[in-house]
Amino acid sequence: MTNHWIDLKNSDVILIMGSNAAENHPISFKYVTEAQNRGGKLINVDPRFTRTSAKADIYTALRSGTDIAFLGGMIKYIIDNKLYDEEYVVGYTDASMLVGEGFEFKDGLFSGYDAQKRSYDKSKWALQTDANGVPKRDLTLQDPRCVFQLLKAHYNRYSLGLVSRITGTPEKDLVEVYKTYAATGAKGKAGTIMYAMGWTQHTVGVQNIRTMSIIQMLLGNMGVAGGGVNALRGESNVQGSTDAALLFHIIPGYLATPATNWPKLDDYLKRRPKSSDPLSANWWQNEPKYMVSLLKAYFGDAATKENEFGYQWLPKLEAGKAYSWLDLFDEMLKGSIKGFFAWGMNPACSGANAGKNREAMARLDWMVNVNLFDNETGSFWRGPGMDPAKVKTEVFMLPACVSVEKEGSVTNSGRWMQWRYAGPKPMGQSRPDGDIILHLGDKIRELYKKEGGAFPDPVLNLKWDYADSHGEFDPHKVAKNTNGYFLADVKVGDTVFNKGSLVPSFAFLQADGTTSSGCWIYCGSYTDKGNMAARRSQQDAPNNIGLFPEFAWAWPVNRRIIYNRASVDLQGQPRDAKDWVIKWDGAKWVGDVPDGPWAPLGSMQSPNSAARWPFIMTRHGFATMFGAGLNDGPFPEHYEPLECPVDKNYMNAQRMNPVAPVWGGKADAFATCDPRYPYVATSYRVCEHWQTGLMTRPQAWLLEAQPQMFVELSEELAALKQIKNGQRVKAVSARGAVECTAIVTKRFKPFKLGDLIVHEVGFPWHYGWRWPATGKEESINLLTPSTGDPNTRIPETKAFMVNIVKI
Amino acid sequence: MELTRRQFVQVTGAAAAGVAFSGLGSDLKPVMAHARELKTKAAKETTTICCYCGVGCGAIVHTSQKDGRVINIEGDPNHVINRGALCSKGAALSQLAENKNRLTQPMYRAPGAKEWKPVSWDWALDTIAKRVKATRDASFTTQNAKGETVNRTEAIASVGSAAMDNEECWLYQAFLRSIGLVYIEHQARI
Repeated sequence: MTNHWIDLKNSDVILIMGSNAAENHPISFKYVTEAQNRGGKLINVDPRFTRTSAKADIYTALRSGTDIAFLGGMIKYIIDNKLYDEEYVVGYTDASMLVGEGFEFKDGLFSGYDAQKRSYDKSKWALQTDANGVPKRDLTLQDPRCVFQLLKAHYNRYSLGLVSRITGTPEKDLVEVYKTYAATGAKGKAGTIMYAMGWTQHTVGVQNIRTMSIIQMLLGNMGVAGGGVNALRGESNVQGSTDAALLFHIIPGYLATPATNWPKLDDYLKRRPKSSDPLSANWWQNEPKYMVSLLKAYFGDAATKENEFGYQWLPKLEAGKAYSWLDLFDEMLKGSIKGFFAWGMNPACSGANAGKNREAMARLDWMVNVNLFDNETGSFWRGPGMDPAKVKTEVFMLPACVSVEKEGSVTNSGRWMQWRYAGPKPMGQSRPDGDIILHLGDKIRELYKKEGGAFPDPVLNLKWDYADSHGEFDPHKVAKNTNGYFLADVKVGDTVFNKGSLVPSFAFLQADGTTSSGCWIYCGSYTDKGNMAARRSQQDAPNNIGLFPEFAWAWPVNRRIIYNRASVDLQGQPRDAKDWVIKWDGAKWVGDVPDGPWAPLGSMQSPNSAARWPFIMTRHGFATMFGAGLNDGPFPEHYEPLECPVDKNYMNAQRMNPVAPVWGGKADAFATCDPRYPYVATSYRVCEHWQTGLMTRPQAWLLEAQPQMFVELSEELAALKQIKNGQRVKAVSARGAVECTAIVTKRFKPFKLGDLIVHEVGFPWHYGWRWPATGKEESINLLTPSTGDPNTRIPETKAFMVNIVKI
Repeated sequence: MELTRRQFVQVTGAAAAGVAFSGLGSDLKPVMAHARELKTKAAKETTTICCYCGVGCGAIVHTSQKDGRVINIEGDPNHVINRGALCSKGAALSQLAENKNRLTQPMYRAPGAKEWKPVSWDWALDTIAKRVKATRDASFTTQNAKGETVNRTEAIASVGSAAMDNEECWLYQAFLRSIGLVYIEHQARI
């Protein structure tokens, strides 16, 4: 979230699309309801009428996988009716920048497409720059090559008629949503978006969110209270685990994983592009400080200038090769992966095309499964269709304790790092994950010390002093290491920081090895003043918008609303005087922690040389509507999902995203516009279960409340198929079949795509054969396909094709 | 004063009658105070953050000093986000901790075996460490086909976990990278 949960109350219009917050983030509705009570409007767009829809002022449906068409129509509506915030668009976004002649869009393809490689040559999308490399701009937005004019031309095709034919949403509903949301372009009004996996789990996942981001930029909704782009995280610490980089492509703090294209540390430290614009903060130019401090946090005293601070001890990716979830299980099925940790995770049910994952696990030599309960992953060898005698995989299942039995912090969706404490002791022999990691590390280090082995240097040089006086994992030691230390007496400005003290903010981190920080964005979270995440103050900030600056701690630097320099006008005064975030008092900023201390811009024509453009994390300092770094084009474009009910894309000549990854194995079969699988399908959650249900299905109350796998289908489809409410049926896709109980409901309605009637059905994804004990309730991911977004490689589990048959 | 069981029933019966007639003007406060005292008496009180979705609601855990187990978990009224409210999963948190279905000891399944076998922590961690080392040593690549330094193993993979604390996540990724893994993924990808 650019903003945070409480801030939802400051919104004038809340759009919930791609999520069902009332069901899956119920407490968020405390603030959605408060916004409504203050006169705000709630819009909900979802293929199914949900608990969120029931609370909405405006609800309408769209067919799964057509969000870009829906939102692209809104961009056209905003531009055609001049509802955008011109001052914001000109002053704070790249709308005025000129795009080079190499950029073109034709027949559904951007320039630079290589059909063989299924990828784009992005150099074709470069901006026009002056002799210093600073982008050329036309502040009148009239130049036909400026981003604004190209945007306008791109979305001019997204007419109401065409959008309605693609999405199945009636034209009058489109207009009502567009009109209501676009009203937040007025000065002092804020609109926000609450989305979740309903937007991300698509072959166009990133572009779904970018389309909305463009709308937020046009309407001036970034950086303001009640605005922003807000991803509702589904796990209590998926924000923190991402910050800590339990992902192949990043290391902590969103730094790139070392790869073969940066053979030396020097190459890595030079990789960020410079800006010659003196008004661009280009914050990533500080990356060398964060990288060297991270290496010091990893390797301690062993990391020296002479050995590139241990850079060569980190594994390198093959440049351009993906090691993502879908790639990982594909390799596992091929047999190249021998050992596997499934730590606090249940890929036998959670992954797309889960049947492929289960088959792949049988090719492993060994698996370690750490969890609270026995589960479908640890016990895969005795699951449906498996013959244990033939499965050679050796499996270790280790009992982790529950969160209330240990101490440590988690980071919520609003980037708040919150400390929690141990109540009971771990049950039985269960242990905190931290203990298990620490002791396994100890054992491996002992083996390498004793026996040697392949390249033992990183194993033995890793700093590993995180045990308390009893030899157990000490979360405070890791939290302090993550924050970072001064490793020598360091003078910054007039202040001298002593060796051994904790670094108060990432502004003080150094690139010469005199500081450490395990994750630069957490620098400031645990300082000599104490554990900031444990704070409990009930006091709001002077602007009284629900920031609660001394309750817990938010990254970065306790800033509660990021991009907040865009919430003010050129004089530094709030564009919304009532719900203001920051303001310039003539000498300094007051309110939230500002995005940097610099003075206001003053004017666009001759800006104050002490000022900085507001979007400090981008190279040029402006919010980017023209996403030249994306793998699938600088402007979002509607493409159909891998599996869809129409034989062509009504918007352009490319049926599906031309650069989305696809796999060609037997297990990866797919069928589009195929009469055998005629119904659009999607998956979702219910309040009473969580994710694969691993933690909730073994609980009596929750299982009683939601006991079994079901499929929701419309009354119209039920009549067509002669299926009765409560009847047991089978859902089938090109990859598998799952038994479900039919729920015949008004919540789904058939879609009219022009003359074509399309039915959609929906499934929860919480089930698996291990619990309940009948073994009959299975995962819907046995049906979902092996494909995903070309930028993130997130699987496309929210739009696929099935049939429903009677048993 | 010592009460026989029978006398105790008589006394509490009288108290119950008092409650039944409270609408007629008797004072309920001592009874309510007594009930509250029973719930939290001698219990350790700790705050926690709910382990499910990303809202980050606060809850209060009451743990018995007698057996060290959870008596009750409820919403934290002083938490500025949820102000005491919890959803159905959060309200059932105590049943996650106090659950007879939990794993309480390490289990092992040998190749081809049809059953799990309980094992000791020491044996499990020793054996896993040996497997990690053997697979790593056999697969470790210092240079790729082009002769570039890579120092990695592609034969071990890890998934997980957003269910761990920040400090555990940090330690886990440091551990995985120190042994050369590149196949590191978790919930955030899917």
